[in-house]
Amino acid sequence: MTGVDGGAIASDAADWPEALFQVLKRGGVRQVAYVPDAGHAHLIRRAQADPEMRDVVLTTEEEGVALAAGAWLGGERAVLLMQSSGVGNCVNMFSLLQSCRFPFLALVTMRGEYAEFNPWQGPMGRHAQGAMELMGIAVHRVSDPADVAEVAGAALDAAFLAGEPVAVLLSQRLVGRKKWQRK
Amino acid sequence: MSGAGGKAALDRRAFVAKLMRSIPDALVVTGLGSSAYDVFAAGDRDRNFYLWGAMGGATPLGLGLALARPRDSVVVITGDGEQLMGLGSLATVGVQRPANLTIVVLDNGHYGETGMQPSHTRLGTDLVAVAKGCGIGDAFPVERLEDADAVARRVNARGGTAFALVSISAEEPPRALPLRDGVHLKNRFRAQLGLAPF
Repeated sequence: MTGVDGGAIASDAADWPEALFQVLKRGGVRQVAYVPDAGHAHLIRRAQADPEMRDVVLTTEEEGVALAAGAWLGGERAVLLMQSSGVGNCVNMFSLLQSCRFPFLALVTMRGEYAEFNPWQGPMGRHAQGAMELMGIAVHRVSDPADVAEVAGAALDAAFLAGEPVAVLLSQRLVGRKKWQRK
Repeated sequence: MSGAGGKAALDRRAFVAKLMRSIPDALVVTGLGSSAYDVFAAGDRDRNFYLWGAMGGATPLGLGLALARPRDSVVVITGDGEQLMGLGSLATVGVQRPANLTIVVLDNGHYGETGMQPSHTRLGTDLVAVAKGCGIGDAFPVERLEDADAVARRVNARGGTAFALVSISAEEPPRALPLRDGVHLKNRFRAQLGLAPF
């Protein structure tokens, strides 16, 4: 497959985390804000190592919504990486996106939906998509590794070319089972 | 009337007006409520971005802006209650420490917009200590009007992240309401930076 500039994007479906990074890199994303999640570990490492990107570790996800708005006010593209539980932390801050019509791109790794060990992940996991949609964010869900780069690229274009608030949900089946016992 | 710690408390409008006069080129983000009114009362300008909601968002929004515009001075002017809601964002700023970011908290020790209930800063929280503990070394209290010049010098020098906790009177001056259309505020802010209104 090809990226926005016609160059090849990693097409090895198994390496979807790298493909995701390439989408952000080619899409000119400069600020990568995150509350860590195992599913975003590769993306965070790549952002930390990239001199053109600024990785911003947050104490709570709602900071990332405001940070992304500030980046856009100053002419930069930002992305917010979080886990589904973080969506609930953002709800009032999402009003900033609608009130000012800010572009917004979030990549959300899902919990509480597939092979989940921890029942406490269930309530927010079941409603992460609904909560975002209630706040006016378009949500695209990806489960097939082969679709990750395509859908993320489409979301990035919708955010920064059309000015839409968009989130890509990376399903728990895609991210993989969490190992519960350390050896 | 005294501010948070019962110290000599400044007139908020006089302090903000004096600061704004000395930082004509700075990009200014305000928290919602009285701090937005203070900045607006000092003279509306395209490089002001007023929040009317998103409580707790002024500092992280200013951080994103400061990272995006390293050659511009960015100033967050907000209230104690607004900063308290986004307390964690001071830790986030403390990690990034952009040289061009100054955070000015107008501290009257109360939630002014909702009926003057005492806030945590009146009840024990020391925001200067919090900021220092988060890694913002240049955090300091301001208790005199003339210290607005010291804050302005830091803003204009862009020599390191600074945090000023300004002890203001709990008296509420007449409201001065900025525009509430967020899309307009965003577009005019971007336009003066040469960015497309989008």
